[in-house]
Amino acid sequence: MNAPTTSLRAGPDANGHFGQFGGRYVAETLMPLILDLEKAYTEAKADPAFHAELDDLLKHYVGRPSPLYFAERLTAELGGAKVYLKRDELNHTGAHKINNCIGQILLARRMGKTRIIAETGAGQHGVATATVAARFGLPCTIYMGARDIERQAPNVFRMKLLGAEVKAVESGSRTLKDAMNEALRDWVTNVHDTFYIIGTAAGPHPYPELVRDFQTVIGKEARAQILEREGRLPDLLVASIGGGSNAIGLFHPFLDDDGVRIVGIEASGKGLDTHEHAASLAGGRAGVLHGNKTMLLQDEDGQITEAHSISAGLDYPGIGPEHAWLHAIGRVEYQSATDSDALEGFKLLCRTEGIIPALEPSHALAAVARIAPTMGKDQIIIANLCGRGDKDIFTVAAALGVVM
Amino acid sequence: MSADRLSARFAACAAANRAALVTFVTAGDPDLATSAEILAALPAAGADVIEIGMPFTDPMADGPAIQRGNLRSLAAGTTLRKVLAMVRDFRASDDATPIVLMGYFNPILAFGPERFATEAKAAGIDGCIVVDLPPEEAGELVPALTSHGLHLVRLATPTSDAQRLPAVLSGASGFLYYVAVAGVTGANSAAATDVATAVARLKAATDLPIAVGFGVRTPEQAAAIAAHADAVVVGSAIVDAIGAAAEERANDIPARVSAQVAALARAVHNARQEKAA
Repeated sequence: MNAPTTSLRAGPDANGHFGQFGGRYVAETLMPLILDLEKAYTEAKADPAFHAELDDLLKHYVGRPSPLYFAERLTAELGGAKVYLKRDELNHTGAHKINNCIGQILLARRMGKTRIIAETGAGQHGVATATVAARFGLPCTIYMGARDIERQAPNVFRMKLLGAEVKAVESGSRTLKDAMNEALRDWVTNVHDTFYIIGTAAGPHPYPELVRDFQTVIGKEARAQILEREGRLPDLLVASIGGGSNAIGLFHPFLDDDGVRIVGIEASGKGLDTHEHAASLAGGRAGVLHGNKTMLLQDEDGQITEAHSISAGLDYPGIGPEHAWLHAIGRVEYQSATDSDALEGFKLLCRTEGIIPALEPSHALAAVARIAPTMGKDQIIIANLCGRGDKDIFTVAAALGVVM
Repeated sequence: MSADRLSARFAACAAANRAALVTFVTAGDPDLATSAEILAALPAAGADVIEIGMPFTDPMADGPAIQRGNLRSLAAGTTLRKVLAMVRDFRASDDATPIVLMGYFNPILAFGPERFATEAKAAGIDGCIVVDLPPEEAGELVPALTSHGLHLVRLATPTSDAQRLPAVLSGASGFLYYVAVAGVTGANSAAATDVATAVARLKAATDLPIAVGFGVRTPEQAAAIAAHADAVVVGSAIVDAIGAAAEERANDIPARVSAQVAALARAVHNARQEKAA
């Protein structure tokens, strides 16, 4: 492997930009706090004690490393490349979100913050945040769109069991973007004592960088695991993308490996031609929302349009700025899967492997089902199975016309 | 009219030893025609400077009142182009009252910073406040504004400590907007003593006029701040009143807003005399 002269893993720059994307587009009230956070994170990164505590919690509390599983029957069914699944759905709380939450709550404690807030879409990040808040004994408020509360009832109950206050957000489309607006409003009001645990690799710098860093444990493990198992790097990586934290976590350690093709899967909802989708790269333009410049679904006047996906976790009109940049420079290829593609991917994994996936990685599985048959049997795919599907069984039942 | 309505107006208020009243309304709220009438009546009611909100779907720094105002305006079909046209119409009868646009960066970015600056200047805008564009990110807008003689008004907040303040003040022009409480618009009020301390601290660092806003709702609150600051900004209380009137389908919304603004103006304009008396 030749090391490229310019690493694609070096970003962001000192001001938090990935090419033209990223940055710190926040109200002035938040700027000193954002700068403090950046300083605290820089110090933490250089502190072996921080890493030791993080690694210990990831091993004994989260259950890492997660297995890299050879999906033998899925591979046989698709009749092409060997499909490996990175089993982040086996983490404590059932998704990759906890990797980041553990890291951020350690930062919050380092900064002396005594109250935690977060936004959540599917509820996985809310559950993970409520979990670490309980583990560290900090009060926690989770903002969740009222529409998402309706379709993710089990996670709402989990968060409450864990002691979090769940606030329903009734504004706008009543989904993830509105929950993020409301969390930002809470934060700007309570800057003195509150730490905002952002759940995806988006938002103002340094969030895209630190969320990515905490999620790259996925890709670092996968890289070591596949080298041990197959003695070589994979030919293809596949992950689903809403904000893109699971995807950047898998992709980032492989960005400089030229032979590894990388594909991110956006949610195209009812179809890219319908306006009811969440594919901000395929159907969006560069803009500024939620503290960063990135690709956004918006109308010609710069008003943000509503996203749609069967998966509450992908139902967001933007994407992390590093993905916007990787898309612009062409290093990562972005494709999409519709609601019905995702349902097929969901059923396929249940049937062939005895694993019920979340609807988010079901989009990635749909892409694997599409791509694997076109590849040789000696080729290798790693797909990120970033969440388990227990939370989605009601949504899937409704989509399949089953009354429970 | 002079190229700088803002400095002329602040100088006139200072000469009269009174604070200026800055009123905020969202353009196109509850609809463009009513909004234009409200705007036209503001100077006579006593508004010294007018801030006009450019509506945005995701106003992260605003509380419920202005969020609803934004949604009413967007539902009525307001666009940035129509906002600029409304100001151009206003200027036909008033070439003295400074007008500052306030909003979020994305609609400006979509419009194009250079085109925005050109058309805003032509419409008679004096400056703008872009809530989610801190000095670190302002490079995409400042050159366009500067080349057209438009001010980019900066915001100082309770979190602007001695370390941060120089960044805020570097390149600030027009006036300095002091956000009196850490929070969203329409939140709780700051204590008058805290405001007095903050204004004194800012005055020591800049010669720009200091306008204080966020959480100022009543004539009494406005008067308490007018005793110390160069200007007092009232927004959510007016937008709330517009919302309530729109809700009951009132046909006298401009008159109601004028009465509310007149009461605020009396309090603000007389605050220093009454304090001295």
